Amino acid sequence: MNWRDLIRWERMPHILCPGCGNGTILNVLVRALAEKFEAGELDPDRTVLVSGIGCSSRLPGYVRLDSLHTTHGRPLAFATGLKLANPDLEIIVLTGDGDAAAIGGNHLIHAARRNLDVTVICSNNLIYGMTGGQVSPTTPEGAKSTTTPYGNPEPPFDLCELVMGAGAPHVERWTTAHPQQLKRAIHRALERDGFSFIDVLSQCPTNYGRRNDLKSPREMLEWLRENTSTKDEPGKIRIGILRDEERKPFHERVHELIEEVSGDEEGG
Amino acid sequence: MSGRVEFLQGNEACAEGAIAAGCRFFAGYPITPSTEIAERMSERLPEVGGVYVQMEDEIGSLAAVIGASWAGVKAMTATSGPGFSLMQEHMSFAAMTETPCVVVNVQRGGPSTGQPTKASQSDVMQARWGGHGDYEVVALAPSTVQEMYDLTVECFNWAERLRVPAVLLADEVVGHMRERVILREDVETVDRELPEEGEEVREPFPLEPDDLVPPMPVFGRGHRVHVTGLTHDERGYPATDDPEVHRRLVRRLCNKVRKRARRIHESVGYDLIERESDLALVAYGGCARTVLEAAEELNATVFRPRVIHPFDPDLVRRLLDGYEVLVVEMNLGQYVEMIERALDAECVHALEYPGGYPPTPERVIEEAERLQG
Repeated sequence: MNWRDLIRWERMPHILCPGCGNGTILNVLVRALAEKFEAGELDPDRTVLVSGIGCSSRLPGYVRLDSLHTTHGRPLAFATGLKLANPDLEIIVLTGDGDAAAIGGNHLIHAARRNLDVTVICSNNLIYGMTGGQVSPTTPEGAKSTTTPYGNPEPPFDLCELVMGAGAPHVERWTTAHPQQLKRAIHRALERDGFSFIDVLSQCPTNYGRRNDLKSPREMLEWLRENTSTKDEPGKIRIGILRDEERKPFHERVHELIEEVSGDEEGG
Repeated sequence: MSGRVEFLQGNEACAEGAIAAGCRFFAGYPITPSTEIAERMSERLPEVGGVYVQMEDEIGSLAAVIGASWAGVKAMTATSGPGFSLMQEHMSFAAMTETPCVVVNVQRGGPSTGQPTKASQSDVMQARWGGHGDYEVVALAPSTVQEMYDLTVECFNWAERLRVPAVLLADEVVGHMRERVILREDVETVDRELPEEGEEVREPFPLEPDDLVPPMPVFGRGHRVHVTGLTHDERGYPATDDPEVHRRLVRRLCNKVRKRARRIHESVGYDLIERESDLALVAYGGCARTVLEAAEELNATVFRPRVIHPFDPDLVRRLLDGYEVLVVEMNLGQYVEMIERALDAECVHALEYPGGYPPTPERVIEEAERLQG
């Protein structure tokens, strides 16, 4: 399957700003999915995209698959119902830093704790983009936003540490400046049974860059490349595979229990 | 009526009704006085191959229920006042995305945490208008343990027929009382209409489908649909700037329920005991039990609706026109406002009775006698 067949072309042009990192994420995601479908490793009719609210959450609407664009912060709760009710579905959750870590923080840690079998791609652009650039839970300390005009007084969340603390077995961090690595990460996430979380540091030139001395998308991508490392380097953000373990996913445990109980019923 | 006779609590009967209706998914969060429904479901669902999950809050509970419904499974949650408040975000989402689901609200006293262990009927308006936006739901009020069973089945059937959230508007009285109940085996169950499997559905949300309810292209069957809470056109695509698309969409969401008001009332039924009297008492839910007794004592006519929403003003006019009407409810006047809109408002009176218990028959009689001078 060609990735072009996965795009709802009739919806173009999309709503994203020029230079938005979500374009890269959409691009990489449909290419990874097309490869998986082509290889027969995934069935497009059983692959579902679920999202919350925000710029990144608009991406499923451009992909020709079943998709559920839900409420702010709640896509993982919707995905919990979808996956438990039909374990054959392969679910990819598209979310952002505000959606996943502020309003949806509770659903995020509980989905990780349960080990819900989903692939979460979090477009982490350090800002609320859709509403015009307000401070988010991942905005760096001191950064300017429309609601921190004197600089952000709050420390940010490290989303990978957060979900690892909650028990997520597969966690990676990449950036939109690493599209090839990101595509391989999505491949791995789709192959893993259980909660896979990919934190994608992404650029929002419109609402973050221009208020924080990063004038163009190019400058922002260069910043992402220069300030990240796959090794533990002082002063740099660690990217790469941060955890890759196996743990029985939630739906398997639930359905084993159901089989045990309903089997006992029939037997008894 | 064939079935197994049991002596159950209302909340337990509700869970059994759900299973009889075909519910195979429950997501919930503990809250008094509804918790027994979750407990019973956690025990019963695995026995029949269904899924129970306790979510992190009530917001997530209804979200998971809606997710399960899009996976093609009949799904329910149960809660009470504060939890029902948290669910309003997704009542609105379920209405907008036309997701069949059942929400049980075993009402307790509010506002806020209020009276956790006491009965109330103060969520009547919240059931209809609690979420943001223009939409309609189906809400049914049980008065007996038998109706906790039967009306739960009806909630599922109307949710599936109309693709709406349906609310079982119970209260602590019927939720916690124990009575004889027949767990009927001959329940009629309704399943949502589905498009043919494997067929891409290009117009999942037609602006004017036949009967106003489009078939539901549930996920995983090759329909390739986009479902969003944003105002959407017939393709399901966001069309938030087009006033005409929005008007037609919300009008249909409301009309598919409103235009069936009479059918729903006739199908679910109501009690009308007509007596030679100028006085008619009106009550529903747990509160109706003492009112029925008072009406007998007073030799007054009594009307007990089971359907709270959608309201059918024509039915109320047909049944109650010409009476002095006394509406009795465990709140400061909610259902009475709808009755006032249907009848000559001067003939409509209210015994407003918040506090946690239904009024005694004596209290109702006293009020009726005061009214009649």
